[in-house]
Amino acid sequence: MNAVKFLIAAYVATWVIHGVYLGSLVRRFGRLRREEREVKASGFRRSASGLQRED
Amino acid sequence: MKRLFPILSVLTAIFLAYAFYQAWWVAPTDAQQGDVYRIIYYHVPSAWTAFLLFFINFIASIQYLASGKASTRTAAKWIVTVIGVAGVIACFLPPAQRLIPAGMRPSAVATTVLLIPIFYFVIGWLFPGDRLDVLAVTTAEVGVVFCTIVLVTGPIWARPVWGIWWAPGDIRLTSTLVLWLIYVSYLVLRRFSNSAQTELLAAALAVFGALDVPLVYFSIWFFRTQHPQPVIGGGGSMDPRMLDTLLISWMAFLCFAFLVCWSRFRLELLHREIEEAHAMESLGGAAAGASLPLSRSAR
Repeated sequence: MNAVKFLIAAYVATWVIHGVYLGSLVRRFGRLRREEREVKASGFRRSASGLQRED
Repeated sequence: MKRLFPILSVLTAIFLAYAFYQAWWVAPTDAQQGDVYRIIYYHVPSAWTAFLLFFINFIASIQYLASGKASTRTAAKWIVTVIGVAGVIACFLPPAQRLIPAGMRPSAVATTVLLIPIFYFVIGWLFPGDRLDVLAVTTAEVGVVFCTIVLVTGPIWARPVWGIWWAPGDIRLTSTLVLWLIYVSYLVLRRFSNSAQTELLAAALAVFGALDVPLVYFSIWFFRTQHPQPVIGGGGSMDPRMLDTLLISWMAFLCFAFLVCWSRFRLELLHREIEEAHAMESLGGAAAGASLPLSRSAR
């Protein structure tokens, strides 16, 4: 049975799906880091309980 | 912690590469299917990982639903403990053993039942308060990714072996598709609902969605299906080298899933912190007439 192309397709598909998802995580992290910088610029600072307004 | 993540990522990449080497070059070729059977080393570990993530989502959702009142929390703890203990005892009683599908060991069922209280208390201890909801959304999203891989690699495997991509009406295939759709709708609900009750609604949906997991798993025992019998805990058998490779692959995928969940968990926490800061900014800025728009970018 010459079905190696199906085997390769399954393995490639698996890593394409993981790659797309990891890419979406990286993109969302980048966007949130930018927003975090904006929030910090507007007077918030990071503490143990999250972002807190500076007094 | 910041150093631990890259170290674990490198170790997981090495582990995945080793699992790939085992799957392609060490595991023997199947006498009937030839090399195409090696899809099992991605298909089955992905399915097991998805089931585990949906199980964690189920436990976290129950805890989140029960966390409203102290009395509900206590009642839930007792119910889970009783289910665990009674379930384990029942697995070794002859009348209950007749309900266990042929080929499945009672000790395997008892171990699975025992995992319910163990996971319940460990998750409750590790993820207090709103972190349960963060864990629920994390495991649902990563679980959907693994379930997608199952639904994609399954038909690719079926085409050369069965001669068809999909067996319409097959209970195993259909119930897996329904499981995927339930968790996709769970994520859609969380993404687009603006209600203050979204977390509670999503948790309730997750509890009902998780009921499909046993249906998917046991469907091959209770219904006629094209899908083969399971190789572990079921009627199927496997060469020990194949089984070793399958378990190595699963361990590698579990490590990978853990790292992905860790990243998604941190992403969700950051998202919530920023939303909170935006809300505080809006409250403070309302008087001054200036506010930042609410962030929705993590979802």
